[in-house]
Amino acid sequence: MKVSIYRYNPDTDREPTMKEYEVDTQGKDLMVLDILALVKEQDESLSYRRSCREGVCGSDGMNINGKNGLACITPLSEVAPGVKEGKKPLVLRPLPGLPVIRDLVVDMGVFYQQYEKVQPYLQNQSPAPAIERLQSPEERAKLDGLYECILCACCSTSCPSFWWNPEKFLGPAALLQSYRFLADSRDDATEERLSRLDDPFSLFRCHGIMNCVSVCPKGLNPTRAIGHIRSMLLERGV
Amino acid sequence: MVTSVTSLGRNGLYDWLIQRVSAVVIALYVIGMVGYLICNSDLDYATWSAFMGSVPMRIANTLMLFSVAAHTWIGLWSVTTDYLTGLTFGKAATSVRLVVQMGIALLLLVYILWGLLMIWGGA
Repeated sequence: MKVSIYRYNPDTDREPTMKEYEVDTQGKDLMVLDILALVKEQDESLSYRRSCREGVCGSDGMNINGKNGLACITPLSEVAPGVKEGKKPLVLRPLPGLPVIRDLVVDMGVFYQQYEKVQPYLQNQSPAPAIERLQSPEERAKLDGLYECILCACCSTSCPSFWWNPEKFLGPAALLQSYRFLADSRDDATEERLSRLDDPFSLFRCHGIMNCVSVCPKGLNPTRAIGHIRSMLLERGV
Repeated sequence: MVTSVTSLGRNGLYDWLIQRVSAVVIALYVIGMVGYLICNSDLDYATWSAFMGSVPMRIANTLMLFSVAAHTWIGLWSVTTDYLTGLTFGKAATSVRLVVQMGIALLLLVYILWGLLMIWGGA
């Protein structure tokens, strides 16, 4: 099958190019990461990030035939019709909207800065109890669909609002984490958290187009979380 | 917290709420107007003039005018802050954005004043 991969080395290349490779899959429905390993055997100058190869670490987020996803858990048969059969090429590009360090490796700096802004840790000013802060099963259930995020950046880099204003709009990943702590019964910094989201950019740049939902490899729903935060802001502000 | 002095309410929630409320006003007005025109297909000038000159319609027209202006400003403010940025215009981005935004704001202000004159001027 044909594989077309975005190649760019800022030290030597004037501009990025797409390079074609021929890979023999022996008809198997391999994962995209396996294809990258086969390409790497042919051309060891190819750079990409990977670690756990099972959709847990979030290192190998990339744009696969136009849709962001994790290479390690995306089988060829799910990329697009005809790719597995070799009728269509597999096209791999870095996550859109972030500066490219080399080939498929992007600079995640701005993504992490936005994550840091939502203060993604439990804040509680009351004295710590002797053992632990208890939650009812119902309170704990509110965190389902929020805590599972692996910060692969597939969602934020598929969001046009994040492309245009990556330094001002927090992006779906950070907002999902923001709601994860707003929804936590043990966190008492709700007012401070909400007061930092009230401006026209941080949260309200979300226009609800749900690209984030369609690409999340963990099946999470940042748009719904953003809607919950908006409701909290509405209750607080009206 | 990101600050902005050119958004309508300088506050995301305020702008979001105005956008929704104005959208409802515009939708109700359009539905009502289309309904009226369907029910009065043999409309003449005298009937139309009397209808638009009635106090309820003058109020509805004023609401519509302000809703369209607010809705347009919030929408186009988003568009200008999305596309007229350093990514597309480099260092000139702030000047370009400011000029375009002020142009839109002044135009909308003219529309409001002109519209008020038409609705309440009695001409």
